[in-house]
Amino acid sequence: MLAVDIRKKLEHFELSSTFKIQQHEIVVLFGPSGSGKTTILNCISGLTKPTAGTIQLNNLLLFDSKKVNVPIQKRNIAYLFQDYALFPHMTVWKNITYGMNNEHIAKELIQQLGIKHLVTRYPHEISGGEKQRVAIVRALATEPDLLLLDEPFSALDETTRSKSHDELLRLHNLWQIPILLVTHSHSEAEKLGDRILYINNGKLTS
Amino acid sequence: MTDINLSPLWLSFQTAAIATVIVFVIGVFFARLLARNSFPGKSIVEAFFLLPLVLPPTVVGFGLLYLFGKNGLLGKFLMKWFDFQVVFSWYAVIVAAVVVSFPLMYQSASTAFQQYDLRIENAAYTMGASKWKVFWTISFPLAWPGLIAGLVLSFARALGEFGATLMLAGYIPNVTDTIPLAIYFAVESGNMEQATFWVVVIIALGFSAILWLNWWNKRNRMRYTKQRND
Repeated sequence: MLAVDIRKKLEHFELSSTFKIQQHEIVVLFGPSGSGKTTILNCISGLTKPTAGTIQLNNLLLFDSKKVNVPIQKRNIAYLFQDYALFPHMTVWKNITYGMNNEHIAKELIQQLGIKHLVTRYPHEISGGEKQRVAIVRALATEPDLLLLDEPFSALDETTRSKSHDELLRLHNLWQIPILLVTHSHSEAEKLGDRILYINNGKLTS
Repeated sequence: MTDINLSPLWLSFQTAAIATVIVFVIGVFFARLLARNSFPGKSIVEAFFLLPLVLPPTVVGFGLLYLFGKNGLLGKFLMKWFDFQVVFSWYAVIVAAVVVSFPLMYQSASTAFQQYDLRIENAAYTMGASKWKVFWTISFPLAWPGLIAGLVLSFARALGEFGATLMLAGYIPNVTDTIPLAIYFAVESGNMEQATFWVVVIIALGFSAILWLNWWNKRNRMRYTKQRND
């Protein structure tokens, strides 16, 4: 379970949000651009430090203003960036195994997502949909306790997007880890989210 | 062209190579340190780093003489503790070359470390990689084309250094007579044939460095974007 209660001073407003995500839930953060969605993901992952508050994942306190700030590397949170941030100078296999603990799991994921034929290729040699699948495998290969997704479908065409949605739901069923997904597409939010958190100017409104 | 002493060629190459290695290490270190950090006074520090680029080499030489001279801050220290004098030695040639070529390396490396998407490093951190691992497996290889460009520029600059070298190292045949110094003193003594020989050598080296650099930059612009054929 993830419990977030943070405040963060941003340029135009103060971000302030409190929410929980249960173990088997996909929660969607939905709101317009610049409303603080990515900042929330950055705070949870440890890339940004909140001004105040607490973040707790399962039994581990990740952040408590001034007292605790677990470094990014130790949080065991997978983060899928909008443009996937694959390592351009490494093959797909090298990308996937970069942070993996167990080769067996990586191979199983590669099988599950049907990207076995891509492992010797470089990121610039594969399509957008393939990149996304590689990025998901790479994220899950670290066996994370939480998966953060920052608009992971925005760069895909309509057909690939719909396929990717189904894939995510299938993976979530298999993996059973909490997922926090950022999107500004309402249909996507409704299709994927067990729960939707509406955010505007840094405040959760629902 | 029968009796040209080739020692300036060897000496120039040796000192420029050593200076380039030193400049590469400290240039990469400071560039990586400053590239993605901002702190008050950063622009002042960077301006100081780039100063040798715009100062007359004689001013750089004067500063170094002041620092390494008998009564200089570092000169005194080195003399007292190591019984070692930099001025008018082979080491002075290297020190002068390091100082004048450092800005070029720093600038190239600084650009190289800012060119790739910061999220690539962040992705590696979220995957549990230490700062050290991220530097060697992500930052360094991604910045590599820019670093190599800086390396070649620094080497060419070190090879061509004249003013600061003359001030700090003087002209001592077979010890501090690099190619640029050899040219100057050959002309001084009316030995135009020898001067011409070194002029041609240094033009050829500089020209090849620039040709190679342009080819390298063009090749690397296409890296990771164009389909690979190999």
